[in-house]
Amino acid sequence: MATALESSATLLDQLTDGQTTSLRLTQDCLDRIAAHDTAIGAFLHVDSEPALAAAAAIDRRREAGEPLGLLAGLPVAVKDVLATRGQPTTCASRMLQGWVPPYDAHVVERLRRADAVLIGKTNMDEFAMGSTTENSAFGPTRTPWRLDCAAGGSSGGSAAAVAAGMAPLAVGSDTGGSIRQPASFCGVVGLKPTYGRVSRYGLVAFASSLDQVGPFSGDVRGAALLLEVLADHDPRDATCADEPVPAYRDQLERPLDALRVGICRDHFTEGLDKDVDEAVEAAIDVYRRLGAEIHDIQLPHARFAVACYYLVAPSEASSNLARYDGVHYGARSDDYDGLVDMYCRSRGEAFGAEVKRRIMLGTYALSAGYYDAFYLKAQKVRRLIQQDYQQAFTSVDVIASPVAPTPAIPLGSLVSDPLQMYLADTYTISANLAGLPGLSLPAGFSDDGRPIGLQLLAPPFQESRLLQAAAMHERETQWHLRRPPLAEDSS
Amino acid sequence: MTAPCSPATTIIGLEVHVQLLTETKIFCGCLNRFNPEEPNVQTCPVCLGLPGALPVMNRRALELAIRAGLALSGTIAGTTKWDRKQYYYPDLPKAYQISQFDLPFCDGGWMDVDDADDGDETQASRIRLIRVHLEEDAGKNLHDETQRGRDSRIDLNRAGTPLLEIVSEPDLRSAAQSRRYLEEMRLLMVYLGVSDCNMQEGSLRCDANINLELVNDDGVAIRTPIVEIKNLNSFRGVEAALEYEIGRQRQEFAECGGVYADSEKQTRGWDADRGVTFAQRGKEDAADYRYFPDPDLVPVQIAAEWIEELRTGLCELPAARRQRLVDDLKLSRYDASVIIDQGRDLADYFEAVAQRCGDPKRAANWVTQDVLRELNDRGQAIGDFAIDADGLAAILARIASGDLTTRSAREVFTALLDDDPEGEQVTVEARIDEIISDRGLATIADSGALEPLIDAVIERNPQAAADFRGGKQAAIGKLIGEVMREAKGADPQSVRAALIERLSS
Amino acid sequence: MSDSSQAEPLVPELTRDVVLKVARLARLHLAESEVESFTSQLTQILDYVGVLDEADTEGVEPVAGAMGLNSVLREDLPTTSLSRDDALSGAPHHDGSYFLVPPILDPRAE
Repeated sequence: MATALESSATLLDQLTDGQTTSLRLTQDCLDRIAAHDTAIGAFLHVDSEPALAAAAAIDRRREAGEPLGLLAGLPVAVKDVLATRGQPTTCASRMLQGWVPPYDAHVVERLRRADAVLIGKTNMDEFAMGSTTENSAFGPTRTPWRLDCAAGGSSGGSAAAVAAGMAPLAVGSDTGGSIRQPASFCGVVGLKPTYGRVSRYGLVAFASSLDQVGPFSGDVRGAALLLEVLADHDPRDATCADEPVPAYRDQLERPLDALRVGICRDHFTEGLDKDVDEAVEAAIDVYRRLGAEIHDIQLPHARFAVACYYLVAPSEASSNLARYDGVHYGARSDDYDGLVDMYCRSRGEAFGAEVKRRIMLGTYALSAGYYDAFYLKAQKVRRLIQQDYQQAFTSVDVIASPVAPTPAIPLGSLVSDPLQMYLADTYTISANLAGLPGLSLPAGFSDDGRPIGLQLLAPPFQESRLLQAAAMHERETQWHLRRPPLAEDSS
Repeated sequence: MTAPCSPATTIIGLEVHVQLLTETKIFCGCLNRFNPEEPNVQTCPVCLGLPGALPVMNRRALELAIRAGLALSGTIAGTTKWDRKQYYYPDLPKAYQISQFDLPFCDGGWMDVDDADDGDETQASRIRLIRVHLEEDAGKNLHDETQRGRDSRIDLNRAGTPLLEIVSEPDLRSAAQSRRYLEEMRLLMVYLGVSDCNMQEGSLRCDANINLELVNDDGVAIRTPIVEIKNLNSFRGVEAALEYEIGRQRQEFAECGGVYADSEKQTRGWDADRGVTFAQRGKEDAADYRYFPDPDLVPVQIAAEWIEELRTGLCELPAARRQRLVDDLKLSRYDASVIIDQGRDLADYFEAVAQRCGDPKRAANWVTQDVLRELNDRGQAIGDFAIDADGLAAILARIASGDLTTRSAREVFTALLDDDPEGEQVTVEARIDEIISDRGLATIADSGALEPLIDAVIERNPQAAADFRGGKQAAIGKLIGEVMREAKGADPQSVRAALIERLSS
Repeated sequence: MSDSSQAEPLVPELTRDVVLKVARLARLHLAESEVESFTSQLTQILDYVGVLDEADTEGVEPVAGAMGLNSVLREDLPTTSLSRDDALSGAPHHDGSYFLVPPILDPRAE
């Protein structure tokens, strides 16, 4: 029987052949959620009845011979940071608990039009701020591979849902690694597109100049498929690029000739977990065996990336999250004295600690007298980081690196040390600062069975190259075919 | 204690807010329409500030803004951008206003304001502008008026209306001049078609910064702390609030002798009912707006070609037109101002009449007196006026040609006004002929036709005739009056001449 | 942006009073324990970001706008607005026509 553990390509074939139906597939996903999600915590909202109804409707249309969209009945899980009309959208925050948007995010409209079955909303760090999904107001998400470890974050729920076969495809968002890092922690493929490749309309903003929506899938082909659906030019997002969207899947089988892979030696220093180091080196060897040239590159300003990010992102966040003031939507405190106190108490009560910490940091950084020293300085350093990558990409096609310094970390290990948590983002945030597309793909496991990802970066709008390079690696390895013990048990 | 004596200088700068006449709001497709009767129906995720929604700049709003900037002689920036001005207020759903901080689309500029109300020797003052920028308007808070502590209500229909902010240098020197500046600004914006500047509906609003330079007992010039008076929404309000504030600051100066405990800028409101300003925000809560570039919007390059195209497309501006009426059409400054200040439609009407009747001075008299009086009485705009420019020009042409006396022309004018607009359609010339003939208004030009009438009147008024002959010039008035009553179309000058001739013979 | 060419000391001391002032600016009511933890955590983070001082940004244009995009404008054409019910649907307090907030006593008070 077809289950969401199969690849999306296989499932689409089976749907087309009539070996399965969207209804059966959707039911299977719902069953797996019912069986495992109490332990994993991937979903905040499971939209069972509407999902089954949508699946049945797509099956009827297929039977009637009507043309169907690219996703043609595949269940897709959506991170709870994207507005879904008629379905709750909470950003894993008490602030938005119970909020039902009166509109769909642009990518949600795209999914519906592509005949995806929207199965539910996935867990995340509150307002996408975090790297473990432990900052969710509704409990953490665990990686299906090790239930005592975090799924990563902030898109931990989407990554875990795909890893556990609760949905063959999922959508996440990535501001500083929030797709790539959980993909690594959960052993799936996750892609952060170029800034502007996918519309942010309806993506609840964390840091507007860094946020980007992207796909999760068990394999590279699924990520390519979902990106074809997500990417387009949306006039409602002024930062969305008017660039043609290639048929990403068509290029996948074609290996890149004379591929030049860039390696930054600074990435392989103390602090990098030994298993991760070995897995990444092994992955680079795969490319070497395939005939790629491996080049050392310099990223002289990379050491400023974390500091730069933790000024830019909280500054923008402090502004983006000012709107949650208990007036037009969201939580209002029950106990206040006057308007200003109503604001302060509503926000103080409904936001979690990490969100408050970043609002404080950003408010401080933008406040009178400090703008030049903090935000402006960071935006200048950001330019230098961008220029480093422009320079590097004159001599290499993709840059390979670890995704995170470690495999999935035990729950609770970093929550009390925010700075250490931030430093763990060191490999992923540069792509956001420079606007580059980045991808994480399964590249091995630690000795104790936790997945490890390889990150590939490419120049702006070269998602096709990124996917082709990832597919080259995937064809040579079997990592993506492994399944977490939990998921295999039930199938 | 006595108030300090002059010299005192009043220093006023105005921040004028003008809502732009776009079809839709500045960052979303909701209608830009004054609609207080139906609260919260012109909103969408963008102007509600819903999580996830994003702004996209309205090209037309920028275009209207550039037109205004050009008309104010400002320098249009090659690159402009949008910034977030952050503060909490219930009418501001995102808790920041998208505005422009350090790269406004328009820098500098000026506007001339006439100093005196009449006379041909009018002096003008040049009021310099600091900048003009574009921003989004907030929604509207409706406060509980009962003072019973009920909730305030928020209507977001207005949120996101494109708003121009025109910031002057502190060049204004009196309350009356500030009012004239605002009136001239309104006229200009309406002329340009940039705004309807309807003050009742809030599409023209104003904040005023004012302080005084006064001399203390030791002869030292001291400036009083600057006061910003917020939300002035009538011309009278601006003038009255500033007058009040001048008096208040003088009084305060007199009381403290120019030694202020707190010299920070103060914000005050204007209570139009009581006619006083009142303190609003203290400095302990001073604003820190944390401006930074809005990452949801991208910078805008304003192409030089676009600027030129808009500059070329500008209509003649009121000040230039006023001057032209004086220079070319030889109107008095006063008449020119009365005509121009009524707005573009009336000025167009006047110019059409003047050109077609060939006598600008006569046209000006009729337009500023008869036409404006009728418009006032009827509460009409010139566009709805029953006599179009052709009609009035036709009447005036007949006065000029001697076919109608001024008095008869007024009768024709009134008759035309009373015509049933739904009635039979004939050309205005034909209709004027008809009225003249129906009412016997034709000028009796040849003295032959007047002679029998004159003889009869002299016969009936022997005393008056004798008095005139006896040297009592005024006596002729009675005779002229009687002749005129009988000969409706007669020209009083001709009647007078014919009578004198007859009586002297 | 700011007209102060004189850069403030990059890492000013983050005192408890500053934390309270920033919290007020951000409209965040903080528990006593949060005031304490934020004071030390933010000090630590600001200390770390001080590393940016070492980056030479003389003459470097700050990043502005997305990936070099500019002049993205839309035409002045209406789109459908939300119904009033939809507009008010998320409000914690409304009367069916308006959003409701506790009385605003001091107009424009910040």
